[in-house]
Amino acid sequence: MSNFVEITNLHFQHNNRAIFRGVDINIPLGKVTAVMGPSGTGKTTLLRLIGAQLYPTQGQVLVDGQNIHALNRHELYKLRKRMGLLFQSGGLFTHLNVFENVAFPLREHTKLSDAMIRSLVLMKLEMVGLRGAYHLMPSELSGGMSRRVALARAISLDPEFIMYDEPLSGQDPISMGVLIKLIRTLNDSLGLTTVVVSHDVQEILSIADYVYVIADGKIIGQGTPSSINLDNAGQLQQFLNGLPDGPVPFHYPAKSLQQDLIGGNL
Amino acid sequence: MMSYVQSLGRSGMQILRDYGRAGLLLYRAIVHVPNVRKGFPLVVQQIYAEGVLSLLIIIVSSLFIGMVVALQGYHTLAKFGASQELGPLVALSVARELGPVVTALLFAGRAGSALTAEIGLMKATEQLSSMEMMAVDPIYRVISPRLWGGFISLPMLTLIFNAMAIYGAYLVGVKWLGIDAGSFWSNMQSSVDFHGDILNGIYKSIVFGIVVTWISVYQGYDAVPTSAGIANATTRSVVYSSLAVLGLDFVLTAMMIGGW
Repeated sequence: MSNFVEITNLHFQHNNRAIFRGVDINIPLGKVTAVMGPSGTGKTTLLRLIGAQLYPTQGQVLVDGQNIHALNRHELYKLRKRMGLLFQSGGLFTHLNVFENVAFPLREHTKLSDAMIRSLVLMKLEMVGLRGAYHLMPSELSGGMSRRVALARAISLDPEFIMYDEPLSGQDPISMGVLIKLIRTLNDSLGLTTVVVSHDVQEILSIADYVYVIADGKIIGQGTPSSINLDNAGQLQQFLNGLPDGPVPFHYPAKSLQQDLIGGNL
Repeated sequence: MMSYVQSLGRSGMQILRDYGRAGLLLYRAIVHVPNVRKGFPLVVQQIYAEGVLSLLIIIVSSLFIGMVVALQGYHTLAKFGASQELGPLVALSVARELGPVVTALLFAGRAGSALTAEIGLMKATEQLSSMEMMAVDPIYRVISPRLWGGFISLPMLTLIFNAMAIYGAYLVGVKWLGIDAGSFWSNMQSSVDFHGDILNGIYKSIVFGIVVTWISVYQGYDAVPTSAGIANATTRSVVYSSLAVLGLDFVLTAMMIGGW
């Protein structure tokens, strides 16, 4: 099975803090790969590194066989036209309505007629179930609707590879179900390669073909959804089962309570 | 002592880094092959947002400034029996100094702060990042039209300011205080030099337009993407722009009086 993205020995530092310390990840072609991990472990940073919005301190990221961080601006933008990234906030342009948001990449990168753009936009909106909302402004949309519009925009240029940054966070159960179904359906019907970054364990495990779990800058577990549940590593099981205490302590590192209470000064 | 030297060096490096980043932003935004089909409508939109929407504050301010200068000037000139020189006094003050400087300060407060806040908010809500991921460079799509909009708007606003301020002085001097209209206009015409006074004022406004828009856009683009970060960036944008205008005004005036 070939890989669309191959990450080798990835190191990344931000403000003298090591976010990644030698991470190896392969994203197989045509599959849904989930990257999970506790908050603050650098999952979003990983997507930005794959999209070359950030540059690693060491290691390389191959996207479709090309070292994305070694490309010049023209080559990078050419490659990005084949990728989509759904941001956690949606990243919709607040001065444009739903239709114009979805039409934006088409207007920027193609010379299609207005009639053709209209048809394509309505088709993309139909896919995410929001054709009827084409005239609404982003401020009139719910959180789930915003993400579906952002998804329609991300697929408007028919990319080969799509990345989702926390698509389920803050969603009600219905929106969550809709988004989960969309991620899987779009991947299969459009023949995409998908990466989903999330910490909604059960929902993501239900659609992923392969899972990576990251913590403390390293991969602490990987495998298919069924095999990863059988892995006995303590930190991995704590994360998958949502246990409040374990290898990842409940308390942030501090002096003893007694020292703090008697010592007076913080 | 060593820590003081270290912090001084760190601050110096930071300032140089900021200047470097701002310079690169300006270079990338204006030195590229323009896409007229897509770029022209965006620049027109920005001329509307930065220029047309600033007209109200410019017109009202310039009218009052012209009226105040006329009132103050008349009472001073009258002591020397030179009240007929009110026209030249107002025209020279406005065309050389007040027009370019006050317009630039008002522009920094009205349009510059809006630019910084808008770009900062676009950054905080990941609109700029999503644009990048759609293979659209935000420097060409967002920054460049805003820069050109400011470069074009400010000199035009300055001309409008000059005209309205002189009209305000006319209302006070001629219509209220009773100066002869003929001497008001003819003295003004004979005393004001097109190149030395009007054009030099326009040159100043062109420089101010570049500096104010550049500072505003850079502060927004470099803002920390949080609500406090955007608030700080907006404050910095207005403060730096105002200081830059006043400082540059002195330098430009010295150069112009010294014959360049």
